[in-house]
Amino acid sequence: MQFAINISYIVAAILFVFGIKMLGSATTAVKGNRISSLGMLLAVVATLARSDLGYEWIAGGILSGAIIGFIAAKRVQMTGMPELVALFNGFGGLASLLVGWAEYEKARPDWSAYLQLDENNAVPAPWFSAIVIVLAIVIGGITFTGSIVAYLKLSGKIGGTATVFPGQKALNLLVMVGLVAVGALFSITVEGINAQFLFLTTVALSLLIGMLGVMPIGGGDMPVVIALLNSFSGLAAAAAGFVISNTVLVVAGCLVGASGLILTVIMCKAMNRTLGNVLFGGFGATSGGGGKQVEGEMKGISVEDAYYVLEAAQSVVFVPGYGMAVAQAQHAVKELAEILERNGAEVRHAVHPVAGRMPGHMNVLLAEADVAYEQLCEMDDVNAIISTVDVAIVIGANDVVNPSAVDDESSPIYGMPIINVHQAKTVFALKRGQGAGFSGLVNTLFFRDNCRMIYGDAKATVSGLVSQFDE
Amino acid sequence: MELILLLFTFTLAAFLGFELVSKVPSQLHTPLMSGSNAISGITIVGALIAAGQVEGNLSKWLGFAALVLATINVVGGYMVTDRMLSMFKAKKND
Repeated sequence: MQFAINISYIVAAILFVFGIKMLGSATTAVKGNRISSLGMLLAVVATLARSDLGYEWIAGGILSGAIIGFIAAKRVQMTGMPELVALFNGFGGLASLLVGWAEYEKARPDWSAYLQLDENNAVPAPWFSAIVIVLAIVIGGITFTGSIVAYLKLSGKIGGTATVFPGQKALNLLVMVGLVAVGALFSITVEGINAQFLFLTTVALSLLIGMLGVMPIGGGDMPVVIALLNSFSGLAAAAAGFVISNTVLVVAGCLVGASGLILTVIMCKAMNRTLGNVLFGGFGATSGGGGKQVEGEMKGISVEDAYYVLEAAQSVVFVPGYGMAVAQAQHAVKELAEILERNGAEVRHAVHPVAGRMPGHMNVLLAEADVAYEQLCEMDDVNAIISTVDVAIVIGANDVVNPSAVDDESSPIYGMPIINVHQAKTVFALKRGQGAGFSGLVNTLFFRDNCRMIYGDAKATVSGLVSQFDE
Repeated sequence: MELILLLFTFTLAAFLGFELVSKVPSQLHTPLMSGSNAISGITIVGALIAAGQVEGNLSKWLGFAALVLATINVVGGYMVTDRMLSMFKAKKND
């Protein structure tokens, strides 16, 4: 039986690999996700075939988890996707922590008996078992509280900006050093009398560090954090795999860990920042930290006047940002885009890699509104043709279109690749008010001669433009 | 010996993971992330084993909690990913 189970695990791993591969292309993605879910089902069924399990608790656990997961997945709005993904991610991390803990509880009364139980002879000594348990606890714990803080920020339950206080870095460093020390001491003295106390301290410190780590990270850096936590949840599962010597956990967890890390690097590159700067920079907490003074003033324009310009435009680019998600304006945008197309204009949607609060956030919203896949352009493709564009409509995007990134070396975001809407003939910037973006930076785009501000709720503004066309 | 094999597997899986994801278009970053997040729920296997123990009191409770959480991660994760991806697919048929 064990042989059949192991073969099933290998097949499940193959399905995961194919699943992830197919998720990388629009035509095969749906199938890829289903194949990967098939792999998961196989892994679960194979595990249930073990002869040493009692099924009452299992049935209860699976049933309640499945119902909660089902309801959450059905009810979520597309705009609420980042926080739900963060929440699920946190649950995965906590589950890995608990698996590590459960294994420790199994071993604690009698380590020598525990090690003999292991028919595979995978574990050479108590200290090794202890180290992998610590790893599962630490990575799982960080993933859990980190994701929960990210969830609270994304859903607006706590302030989305960076929370910094004096001595924060020193405190974080102290907790981190403490965690390493306690974890190491636990591993060495795992059979000693203080082991349980050290273990519980490890759990507590891991949870603390995840919380402290994400607190100083502001809303606009969330895509990086979410991708990194995703990677962590995979690594936590892999660590749990080492704890119970299970290959499918190691393989699947590691695949997720690696792919999450790649996404993290892509997100960092899109902001021209290092991972260290994102994690420890406290970016966005210090408002107005650099950058030249801006001369001139923001010039507003009414919806009627904007309509006349749009009516004559041959080529229009929409640049959505987090503001579009907040205003839930994606359906109105799609409607306006269709009208403009019927009016003879060429319409594109330009999506910056870090627009929004998670990787690819804007694409999901536009897809929800049925925007054609071909109209979604990546940053480089749009920048190539931007000078021929008549009107660029910026909807609730800010830092990703701030020309300071190109021409102001003293700006904190200097060097970040942006969508060069300032090179378009006309720019309409839809904005709630006159304040700065999440980073606290003044956006020099808004002061340019070719830029006009349309103040107000993005959805109302876009709908207003639509009704102007209808008349 | 088994331990070395596990480490070996881990290393190879890491390289495979890097290869698989390095060229994904940014349109698919969200589904990829939420899809891989669902895969990280594989820890459900460990939770099943812990929750299914015949003996062990605290350990069993911990396993049970892990199982509930991992199942939420797996079921919810796959379903939202499917929802998102279906939207991408729907408009391709236009």
